[in-house]
Amino acid sequence: MAGTATKEQRPVKPDAATLDEWRQWLRMMVLIRRFEEKAGEAYSLGRIGGFCHLYIGQEAVAVGTISALRPEDYVISAYREHGQALARGMSSRSVMAELYGKATGCSGGKGGSMHLFDAGLHFMGGHGIVGGQIPLGAGFAFAAKYRGTDQVSLTFFGEAAANIGAFHETLNIAGLWKLPAVFVIENNGYGMGTSVQRSSAITDLFERAASYDMPGVVVDGQDVVAVRKAMDDAVRRARSDSSPTLLEVRTYRYVGHSMSDAAHGTYRTKDEVDEYQARDPILVLANRMREAGALDDAAMEAIEKDVMAEVEDALRFADESPEPEPESLWTDVYAPRPASRAESRDN
Amino acid sequence: MPTLTYRDALNQALREELQRDDNVFLMGEEVAEYNGAYKVSRGLLEEFGPRRIVDTPIAELGFAGIGVGSAMVGLRPVIEMMTWNFALLAIDQIVNAAAKIRYMSGGQFGCPIVFRGPGGAALQLGSQHSQAFESWYAHVPGLKVIAPATPADAKGLLKSAIRDDNPVIFMEGEMLYNTKGEVPEGEHVVPIGKADIKREGSDLTLICHSKTVSVALKAADQLGKEDIAAEVLDLRTIRPLDTDAILGSVAKTHRCVIVEEGWPYAGVGAQVAYTIQHEAFDELDAPIERVTGADVPMPYNRALEKAAKADPAKVVQAAKRALYLES
Amino acid sequence: MATKIVMEALSPTMEEGRLVEWKKNEGDAVAVGDVIAEVETDKAVMELVARVAGTLIKQEVEAGATVPVSDVVGWIGEAGEKTGGKTEKVEEVERVERVEEGKKEEKAGTGEKPEKAEKKPAEEKAEEQPAETKAEKAEQEAPAERPASAAGERVKASPLARRIATERGVDLSGITGSGPAGRIVQRDVEAAKAGPRAEPATAPAAASGPTGRTITFSGEPFRDEPLSQIRKTIAKRLVQSIGPIPTFYLTTVVDMERATEAREALNALGEGKVSFNDIIMKATALALVQHPACNAWWQDDHIRYWNEVHLAMAVALDEGLITPVIRHADQKSLREIAAEAKDLAGRARERKLKPEEYTGGTFSVSNLGMLDIDEFTAVINPPEAGIIAIGRISENVVPASEGLEVRKQMKLTMSCDHRVIDGATGAVFLRTLKRMLENPLAMVY
Repeated sequence: MAGTATKEQRPVKPDAATLDEWRQWLRMMVLIRRFEEKAGEAYSLGRIGGFCHLYIGQEAVAVGTISALRPEDYVISAYREHGQALARGMSSRSVMAELYGKATGCSGGKGGSMHLFDAGLHFMGGHGIVGGQIPLGAGFAFAAKYRGTDQVSLTFFGEAAANIGAFHETLNIAGLWKLPAVFVIENNGYGMGTSVQRSSAITDLFERAASYDMPGVVVDGQDVVAVRKAMDDAVRRARSDSSPTLLEVRTYRYVGHSMSDAAHGTYRTKDEVDEYQARDPILVLANRMREAGALDDAAMEAIEKDVMAEVEDALRFADESPEPEPESLWTDVYAPRPASRAESRDN
Repeated sequence: MPTLTYRDALNQALREELQRDDNVFLMGEEVAEYNGAYKVSRGLLEEFGPRRIVDTPIAELGFAGIGVGSAMVGLRPVIEMMTWNFALLAIDQIVNAAAKIRYMSGGQFGCPIVFRGPGGAALQLGSQHSQAFESWYAHVPGLKVIAPATPADAKGLLKSAIRDDNPVIFMEGEMLYNTKGEVPEGEHVVPIGKADIKREGSDLTLICHSKTVSVALKAADQLGKEDIAAEVLDLRTIRPLDTDAILGSVAKTHRCVIVEEGWPYAGVGAQVAYTIQHEAFDELDAPIERVTGADVPMPYNRALEKAAKADPAKVVQAAKRALYLES
Repeated sequence: MATKIVMEALSPTMEEGRLVEWKKNEGDAVAVGDVIAEVETDKAVMELVARVAGTLIKQEVEAGATVPVSDVVGWIGEAGEKTGGKTEKVEEVERVERVEEGKKEEKAGTGEKPEKAEKKPAEEKAEEQPAETKAEKAEQEAPAERPASAAGERVKASPLARRIATERGVDLSGITGSGPAGRIVQRDVEAAKAGPRAEPATAPAAASGPTGRTITFSGEPFRDEPLSQIRKTIAKRLVQSIGPIPTFYLTTVVDMERATEAREALNALGEGKVSFNDIIMKATALALVQHPACNAWWQDDHIRYWNEVHLAMAVALDEGLITPVIRHADQKSLREIAAEAKDLAGRARERKLKPEEYTGGTFSVSNLGMLDIDEFTAVINPPEAGIIAIGRISENVVPASEGLEVRKQMKLTMSCDHRVIDGATGAVFLRTLKRMLENPLAMVY
């Protein structure tokens, strides 16, 4: 039972509460954008190591979905999760410090870019194996149902993960057991360098929901208002009816898959990137607010300034934070005590 | 003390832990309505209902991950793998998720989960259904690996595994389900990480676990007829290894044969032998011997299969090499 | 203040980038995010974008230049502003570390060592023969009793037996082992402690090991020696200096009067011609026996010192050259060498050599004397570590004890792989060779 595509919503006259919410979303999207730009810069200067997957261009997805959740709900994602961590309320400082590998990072410097966690905010991690987080997300929903709470579990993954076994096994079980989960396909068009057209037998991925007896919905991921509307529906189904939804959000990443990937030239054209930048999610929301008379240049500048101050502060904090203690190498392997050191070190 | 089968001892442990803690649930293929592929979960659906005893589709990766997710938020799942051969389909969730969540999250999330099911070779099941995976999981920091040999240990260790706050790999012996032994009633808990001397001896130590404990005991009987006193040390837990017990026995006998079902290359015995030579080099009076499954996929043919398995005769021969009685 | 534009690490493994094209000219205004230049990394062509806004006031490198990561490629600031120049580098400790890491990864990824391929026949042979069998064989050859305190021979004892012996002050060398291959085990030490052994321990003559000064026949064709730290450092530094084979050259003038006489006398016998080249090869082979340090192969992680001398000789062909090998040249007579060299050279020119006839040399000789070359430097034929280049024999006026005299002289130039052969090592070898040629009797002395 595939659902209907949600079109861009244009309320005639947003009320004050709505405008207030939009203002928060706008600031969060600008924060994610600037945070990621600075993260990219820090990466190129060697402050951030390993892999670094940036979220630039996809901000409306994280903000539009996560803003629909309550604090007790669960959020889990893959490895392009800086934006989602921020949208969930993790501080720029703790995320940036984790990218820097510092002791003050959200995972104590042991996780890095791909493994951001915050137990207090029920941010259940960034996960590095494509699709590996999908069954975990269903597990949170299973636990909620087992305990009889009305918590909802939100699982993010890219469109390429919709081709992996974990996706199908999990959605089948979620549909069969009616788990209170929202599965968000963050469709940015490319799994690394392979387009949806070259990787999937059907390109309307939300239609796969039909196989698993759950609603399949597609929404424009550049419009945060539309994303939020679709997410509200999905959350209501999960919370009230304990039933899952497959929500495909169509978006675009302006940057390469990771820092070592050219932004364009190999698998996509510059024109294509430009086309999407014209529908930039920040621009789309800002225009909507300008039309409603809720944003002018001065206000936008103030947001930019405020955000830059926060990001600069996060960079400074990360830079000045201490490295993890050498002893922390051996902690958190087992509970409640660290692993037998003699055993581990022998090898 | 009542005598129970290994199977019923496991069933007793599950029942007692399900009664004790509502967060404990059993999930897997055929665990509920079918009463378990090997009947370990017999009667549990009736007693605890479908919320606690959960049948799954054939989707090892999916339900293993759902178990891990539920453990991250405080439930205590027992995930039954119909056999460990099928767990290969779920190994990403076991190794990349369960074993690492605590570390990757800087200690914010734990994963109190038990993956259990039968492992090792049965009879003439061919290559894909006859293999021992202890060393695979023992390789991974963050996991504990248990392989009990007797009904009493099976019960006591499964209770410990369910109560442990770490992911535990609990490997039952497919050929042991029908074996019988005395099992203490009620609260019988065997600590993880403690080996057990199943037979005392002074001339050499036979180190074994799971199904090879009975192999070693038979070999010790035969050696006894030649006035050789073999000590049989059952590891019970593969990780963490009970190094003290191993070194204590070797310090007494100065000679050692390690017996296991698995393949020799990078097997459990390789790690045990390393530990002994490193920690007790000056106690050794002879090179450490190993008896393992043959370094081949398991054949179907009965005679070939027998040749591929560790048996008492091979252990006796290895013991004599360690005693310089045979070359 | 002007802001530098540095070559950014646009891939995790990038160490340098080629600036393909400037997208902004000096004087152009740039905004944050503007593409300033295209850079070719080790993986792709990427864009270098502006991190600050302003004017591109200086391009420090030209398009096409390859620039290390972190080096300045240009400056952004206000028009007319002064810049810090090209040499200024970004302080980046971590950057360097990561580049190092990247290198390691690359090595780990691709640098699989072909250990099997490197395994030499002799090692395999050694492995085929279990240690105990070898020991037993040794036992059969030795007197029945175990050696007591044969100098340098290792006493085989189990770790436990050693510990007990140490604790009780028992001398293991006086004990006969009852374990495999005579291994002393616990019970042997216990028995020894109980009472002095009845059996007298006699020591067989210990075989003297290779001394390293001269080649002595040990049954093994060569000996692999691990690289010492100093040798590793020498190898690394010298390769950095002048290329994959850090070659240096040693030249000496050899008086060939006596060699000429000897050759004439030999040829007068009418039993086949002996050339100067044959004489030089024979002398070289014998000199190598005395200086095994020059009879060696560079093997990247160790040096192979050959216990056999296989002399390669360069033979010119119409379309190049080939180096047939005279095997065991040190053990062959001059006449044998002459005959073999002639045969090999002839068949080389007809292109009829089998591969095994032109591979496996341990040292080379190249002669251009017949083409009137006075002296030259020859190129080392790896993995060999040395080659001798022979010039023509010329008559020169030289100081004599009284006045001047005319002598036949020849120049020898040795090319040495400095990773294997040090200056003095090569020099003493060359001196031996010179003396042999100047006094051919020394060859048989």
